[in-house]
Amino acid sequence: MIPVLLLFIPLVAGILGFFIKDQKAASNWAIVASVITLLTAVIGIYAMPASMHQFEATWLPSIGASFSVALDGMSKMLVLLTAISMPLILIATRNNNYSNPGSFYALMSLAQVGLMGVFVSMDALLFYFFWELALIPVYFLSSIWGGEKRIAVTFKFFIYTFIGSLLMLVGILLVYLHTKDHSFAWSSFTNTDLTSGEETLPFFLFFIAFAIKMPIFPLHTWQPDAYEQAPTATTMVLSGVMVKMGLFAVIRWVLPLFPFAANQFEMPIIILSVVGMIYASLIAMQQDDIKRLIAYSSIAHIGLMAAAIFAGGTLGLQGVQVQMFNHGINVIGLWILANAIENTLGTRKLSELGGLATKAPTMAILFVVLAFANIALPLTNAFIGEFLLFNGLFQYNIWIAAAAGVSIILGAIYTLQMVQKVLFGEVSAITANATEINAYSKWVLIVIVVAVIALGIYPQPLIDLTKDSVNALLVIK
Amino acid sequence: MNAIIVSALLGVVMMFSGIFTTNKTIIKNIATAGMLVLLAANLMEMNNLFSFDINTHDLIVTQRYGLFFNCIAYGATFIYLVLSGTDITEVGVNVAEYFALIFFVLCGVAILSSFNGLLMLFIGVEILSIPLYILTGSDKRNLKSNEASLKYFLMGSFSTGVMLMGIALMYGATGNFGMVHNSGLRGAIVAAQQPPYLLVAGVILLFASMSFKVSAAPFHFWTPDVYDGAPSVFTSFMSTIVKAAGMLAFIRVFENQYTVLGPTWHIVVDFAIVTTLLIGNITAVFQQSVKRMLAYSSIAQAGFMLFALYANNTEIAKEGMLLYAAAYSLATISIFAVLIKLHDYTLDGFNGLAKKEPVLAFAATVSLLSLSGIPLTAGFFAKYYVLAGALQAGGALWLIIVAVLLAAVSVYYYFRVIQAMYFKEGDPQVLPISGGFKAALIVVAALIVILGIWPSALLSWLYF
Repeated sequence: MIPVLLLFIPLVAGILGFFIKDQKAASNWAIVASVITLLTAVIGIYAMPASMHQFEATWLPSIGASFSVALDGMSKMLVLLTAISMPLILIATRNNNYSNPGSFYALMSLAQVGLMGVFVSMDALLFYFFWELALIPVYFLSSIWGGEKRIAVTFKFFIYTFIGSLLMLVGILLVYLHTKDHSFAWSSFTNTDLTSGEETLPFFLFFIAFAIKMPIFPLHTWQPDAYEQAPTATTMVLSGVMVKMGLFAVIRWVLPLFPFAANQFEMPIIILSVVGMIYASLIAMQQDDIKRLIAYSSIAHIGLMAAAIFAGGTLGLQGVQVQMFNHGINVIGLWILANAIENTLGTRKLSELGGLATKAPTMAILFVVLAFANIALPLTNAFIGEFLLFNGLFQYNIWIAAAAGVSIILGAIYTLQMVQKVLFGEVSAITANATEINAYSKWVLIVIVVAVIALGIYPQPLIDLTKDSVNALLVIK
Repeated sequence: MNAIIVSALLGVVMMFSGIFTTNKTIIKNIATAGMLVLLAANLMEMNNLFSFDINTHDLIVTQRYGLFFNCIAYGATFIYLVLSGTDITEVGVNVAEYFALIFFVLCGVAILSSFNGLLMLFIGVEILSIPLYILTGSDKRNLKSNEASLKYFLMGSFSTGVMLMGIALMYGATGNFGMVHNSGLRGAIVAAQQPPYLLVAGVILLFASMSFKVSAAPFHFWTPDVYDGAPSVFTSFMSTIVKAAGMLAFIRVFENQYTVLGPTWHIVVDFAIVTTLLIGNITAVFQQSVKRMLAYSSIAQAGFMLFALYANNTEIAKEGMLLYAAAYSLATISIFAVLIKLHDYTLDGFNGLAKKEPVLAFAATVSLLSLSGIPLTAGFFAKYYVLAGALQAGGALWLIIVAVLLAAVSVYYYFRVIQAMYFKEGDPQVLPISGGFKAALIVVAALIVILGIWPSALLSWLYF
């Protein structure tokens, strides 16, 4: 029942939200709904028996599709991330004003439905539905409320992902024809009569869709533009949660379905991921725009996770899940800071900023902690995640692990450069009248920073959450 | 038989109604009520309640599948009359005739869904086509409408000639007008492993002329000009219900015909599908007029419907054909209903529609999403069913991948309309709109979404 509630609460909130005209009322409505969703998720995961974690209803019996959703080990972590992210995002951006606010917040809630659906679906056709459903609200959000070049950029993003989805649909059909009981259920999909040679084609049809979403080099070109042009709240959803759809989908829908093909092609994919990491880090070093810098840094982080997924191994896979959660909240924190800087100073250019540490000390402290988390310093949550990832990569191939390590060093360089240019140095004409960030953003950032440090010192809860899923996966493999 | 007789009678009734009243609204209401009568008559036959008992010597054989298709076509026409009926009365002075011609077309639809033999196929196609030539030219003082009508008539007559030639050759080879799969010839062909050349030539000619009727490439050249030149209300009718009926006839006549051609069959169909999809989708990208874009999009959609032909008789493809007919008709009728209300048919004419008329923009968006095959709309399952049918029938994977890539291209031109409506500023000129029209649009949008979540709502009627 719980996964159904997680879909229904934001769905109802979203549909009703379209009719709210007032900015504050629309925002409050969405925040209340997201908090209720969060409470449902937390209570559901920790306090409810496993029997409440599943739901199945007939949908299209004639073609073997059912409305089957479940909160299992693989999805718990990301459901939790989605549920936590939404209130954080909505509260932190509460002071942003939108034209037609009712529709904005309604579409945000609908995007959450799509995301939740992707994570809890246990039926391939249902999964495909939610995969697309997550995209449509984001398309409208970015195109209506985004920056100057929003229409062209968002369209590129949409077409890119849509091509991927359609290829995945063909892949789903192919696997479906090979299931033993002609069903779209995940359990049937993991138990097909595909021979190792026949796996190759559907493997790539699925993988390309997910690689576009993550994105893996060289399919990443939509991302920096889309992040830059989308309204900040949407960018947070995109980079905090939505890119994890791709990683999650590989764990759920690629590794168990096509173990032979995944094994056969892991080397080129890992190499592509690592090349993408280094490439994105090098570009991030050249960026003058904070948003673009964070976007490229995000590509590098996702690249590491993608490499670790294919490198396999218990620790690596656990690390990926832990790191998906950590990267989600960290990057949302960074976006909140970028949003605050842009809102108060009217610029995102590093070359025009400087000396904010003296003007806004609280913000500076929060900024530094999140920057440290971005380079995975010990005592921050990202450290344990990246440690597990590197452990997996190191066991797979020492040279690849070394190459990935280069990107971590580059990551430290550009992140610290950013901190330096924003917080320290001369106070410029623009930053002379800088003020502290507003209370909403500040408190959300404090919550995130506390979580960063707490999970950095004691990451056991996250690791526990992922344990059974990884074991289950290794059994199937 | 009910549908054929009742629709023909209703056509006559409509013609005479013009003598007794000149009030356009009354004529429109008679037509709408007549549509319900026709639907009811068809439903009665479907449920074995009442049907005219006429011995046609097996020239007409009604089956549940064909009757169900009639229901979809008549239901769609009913929605079409509700949404655009008033606009039909605005086209010219001979209002009653327009409705009469529509009923005659529907008589052709009923024959095409139940013919059993090439002779009846020919009669059905002609009954379907001739009223359309007139409807295309109904805007008498408009030069483009006249041009379209003449072009359609000349090209249509030519293709009819080709069809007759094909039928004659097939008759020469087999000695009867039966379709190959139920004449005794099939066994002989399989035994001889080589069909007679006369027959092959006949089948190819028949294929070409049917391709013309459904505007499949390379026989599509008339489509953009005719659809663009005809009054928009009639374009809406021609490109939906009529096209779906043509496609159904195409599929029925070739049901097992492919055995005659052997491996050549796949080359012919592959070529038709790929060129239709390519030409329709790629050319639509470059259109500035939404009406002309929809004309090319109808070519592209025909390419997808051809997959049902390709899949040949698999259960899922037959269901897919019905679903496609319903989904495509609903979406296209609704987008045309919105288009007719605008003064400017170019993309810029749609700028800012969402601010001015949110309901119209919303309905158009749902229709466009359905046409591009986004999940949660009927268009997704329509595409899904025909593609799944083709795959199940052992279809070539490259063909399906080409099709889905071109579906992604179609997103480009459909979404440009959405972008104009929602993301661009403008002050579109809109004709006065009634509350009833808006309500009907919302109902159609709801139907599209319901079919998109639960296609069995429609398809289960096929079986019980």
